Amino acid sequence: MSGLNLHAIRAIYLFELHRFQRTLMTGLLVPALTTTLYFVVFGSAIGSRMTEIDGIAYGAFIVPGLIMLSMFTESIFNASFGIYMPKYSGTIYELLSAPVSALETIIAYVGAAATKSMIVGLVILATAHLFVDLPIAHPVAMLLFMLVIAISFCLFGFILGIWAQSFEQLQVIPLLVVMPMTFLGGAFYSIHMLPEPWRTATMFNPVVYLISGFRWTFFGKGDVAMGVSVAFVSGMLVVCLAVIAWMFKTGYRLKK
Amino acid sequence: MTAILSLRGVTKQYASGHKALGSIDLDVEEGEIFALLGPNGAGKTTLISIICGIVRASGGTVLVAGHDIERDYRQTRSTIGLVPQELTTDQFERVIDTVKFSRGLFGKPRNDAHIEKVLRDLSLWDKRNAKLQELSGGMKRRVMIAKALAHEPRLLFLDEPTAGVDVELRRDMWALVRQLRESGATIILTTHYIEEAEDMADRVGVISGGELILVEDKATLMKKLGKKTLRITLNEALVTVPAELSDWSVTLEGDGMELEYVFDSQAERTGISGLLGRLGTLGIGYKDLNTKESSLEDIFVDLVHKPAARAERVA
Ligand SMILES: Nc1ncnc2c1ncn2[C@@H]1O[C@H](COP(=O)(O)OP(=O)(O)OP(=O)(O)O)[C@@H](O)[C@H]1O
Ligand SMILES: [Mg+2]
Repeated sequence: MSGLNLHAIRAIYLFELHRFQRTLMTGLLVPALTTTLYFVVFGSAIGSRMTEIDGIAYGAFIVPGLIMLSMFTESIFNASFGIYMPKYSGTIYELLSAPVSALETIIAYVGAAATKSMIVGLVILATAHLFVDLPIAHPVAMLLFMLVIAISFCLFGFILGIWAQSFEQLQVIPLLVVMPMTFLGGAFYSIHMLPEPWRTATMFNPVVYLISGFRWTFFGKGDVAMGVSVAFVSGMLVVCLAVIAWMFKTGYRLKK
Repeated sequence: MTAILSLRGVTKQYASGHKALGSIDLDVEEGEIFALLGPNGAGKTTLISIICGIVRASGGTVLVAGHDIERDYRQTRSTIGLVPQELTTDQFERVIDTVKFSRGLFGKPRNDAHIEKVLRDLSLWDKRNAKLQELSGGMKRRVMIAKALAHEPRLLFLDEPTAGVDVELRRDMWALVRQLRESGATIILTTHYIEEAEDMADRVGVISGGELILVEDKATLMKKLGKKTLRITLNEALVTVPAELSDWSVTLEGDGMELEYVFDSQAERTGISGLLGRLGTLGIGYKDLNTKESSLEDIFVDLVHKPAARAERVA
């Protein structure tokens, strides 16, 4: 046998997409509805009383943050579930006994979860377009950025799914860590609006760099330099890959 | 013949500290049906799980078709099919999808004809579009077998395949196993039903407390250990065994009403006629005679529960 086990990657990838397909309606309706609600509340009710931020209408300003917020949670949730469920139900025996490498497993599971995250991100973007004028300064960079974010957070979710030993643990991280970090990371405001010492404190929140970078692809400017954002995203990717490589090498929580 | 499976000094200690396998050495020839017998907790599933890559061995080496299971895991795992002891299925999937999934996972290109054959052999073809959650336990068991056969393995593990399975499925399953063997596959199965091992296997291994205490050709085993017992029911009770019968190591049972004589049924001279003749000259009358063959089950219970008998028999 030579190279990658492409048949296996394809089988797992399609299996996962099929799993998503079963909940397709809710899977796509929820982000679309959430976006609409955000626009009704923040965009129209509050936004109409808000001044522009950095010369951008508030309704448009929150779109990148909104997309990021949904993509973070979707990615973590889908990827962690994808690997946690077989562990929980016992069907993981088949994956463990199959001629599939760690890399192939990751490509398939993370690839499928990232595919769904991209779809969700694009649905939100399309919904937002119905409400506000949305210039996209760097469309290619925007798509690339979305893709890397989706992959990074899916990798993170995958790690979480391997680590978790209960449904509670599975939900703790996205709800108690990622969501607050995103809200505090400038999803709905510019960090320049914060008084000290909060502004400095916020700089320790990695999500600030991710959202700022994504906002840059829309408006050509962000809270921090684009280079710093790119460095953060790449850093996250590398750390997640390293952790996963270690997990597979040691059989961490997968093999007894 | 070449060994399709070769274990050397395989040990396993779980993270809990429990030592599940002592040091297992075993060779299984290509094309044979090997039955692994042993009581609950003996280490059967642990051993199979190590070979298949689900559990990591603490020590030793495992070769499948000459390849190391760690270093050449791709070759070894695509050679192996596993039907695990526990029923675990993706409840929402359709039968045919889950079987096709297994084939892909094991690196084989799509082959609808093979999938159809497997499903038909297991009487699952009519159920191919049913969701797994709609199937009965026995049908789910068949699906797990179909999944294991989807990639045409040369070495098939069946971990207690007949637990919770009705007579008909059991018969179908053994027919399938024989058919697979004819096509050249090697089958290793664990079971608690000793008749199954007796029926099916070419060789039998007995595992107890994590040690492989016996591996023997089934026929040889039956021959070597196949003792028969002659029970003579007397007309009148005896107090002791008469000295004249000392040539036949007879024992007195049932309050002196029965004489028991254990003999080797394979031997040229069983000694039965001599014994009966001597009883006649001694004037000891008897009203009934019967003989009993020790089954694999007796042998098995003996081995597992009586270490002394084990030492004697293996010697
Ligand atoms: N994950 C685990 N952690 C700790 N101990 C384990 C684990 N799995 C199995 N054991 C122990 O290892 C021993 C062997 O278990 P195993 O499942 O291999 O037995 P078995 O021969 O298959 O039994 P059965 O006939 O009941 O299926 C048992 O004492 C069991 O309690
Ligand atoms: Mg078992």
